[in-house]
Amino acid sequence: MKYPVSQHFNYSVISLSGEIDLNESPNVRKQILEYINKNSSLLIDLSLVEYIDSSGVASLVEGLQMARSKKLNFALVGVSESALQVLQLARLDMVFTIYASLEDIESL
Amino acid sequence: MIRLERIHLLSRADMLKPLRKFVRLLAKKQGCSEGNLDCLVMAVNEACMNVIQHAYNDNDEEIIVEFWKEKEDILIKIIDFAEAVDINSIKSRDLEDIRPGGLGVHIIHKVMDSVVYKNNSGGTGNVLEMRKKLNNPVASCMNEK
Repeated sequence: MKYPVSQHFNYSVISLSGEIDLNESPNVRKQILEYINKNSSLLIDLSLVEYIDSSGVASLVEGLQMARSKKLNFALVGVSESALQVLQLARLDMVFTIYASLEDIESL
Repeated sequence: MIRLERIHLLSRADMLKPLRKFVRLLAKKQGCSEGNLDCLVMAVNEACMNVIQHAYNDNDEEIIVEFWKEKEDILIKIIDFAEAVDINSIKSRDLEDIRPGGLGVHIIHKVMDSVVYKNNSGGTGNVLEMRKKLNNPVASCMNEK
């Protein structure tokens, strides 16, 4: 599945949705890395994510690390309750920059 | 102890979504509280994912998932027929080490009341037994342990 991408100031916004599990996380990883390789700072919108497992979280962590290595910004936005629960369990909620909504984000 | 269900599935990533749906329905039918439903779904998903990726190395093999009820507890057994793993090697990783992967074991331990790994008595394969109180009103996946 290819997820919709929009622009918000200097960020590309990838809007994930549905259930991000072992079957779907390779697509998520591919799309995130594609934009980082284009040197684009990224916002990952998780507001429509119903479920995410550790493989999905791993794709986000990899994206964060790749972005940092290229001095790009990488943040999560609108994290759904179920996604937040997994991030908290993995103690990653303090590792990612998390915004409540796109309105909270200003230009780089 | 009563066996509620025994299901066989192929060790494929596309099996996880229907499996999660099945676990949610079964646990709900047994009177599982809403918070605990998420815990059970998460634990079964992570456990089967570990079997798919690490025990079977992404080959299509058989996984059996059994659901048992004992008093107020639900016991879930994840059975595989891969090479027996060294049980001492199954550990949560250090969460301070921020890197992709390796979170499944940590999540399983965090959301279940007890987790026991066993080698299959037949010599081949592994059994993971996970237990959770079905209807603890204060229970949630976020309980600190």
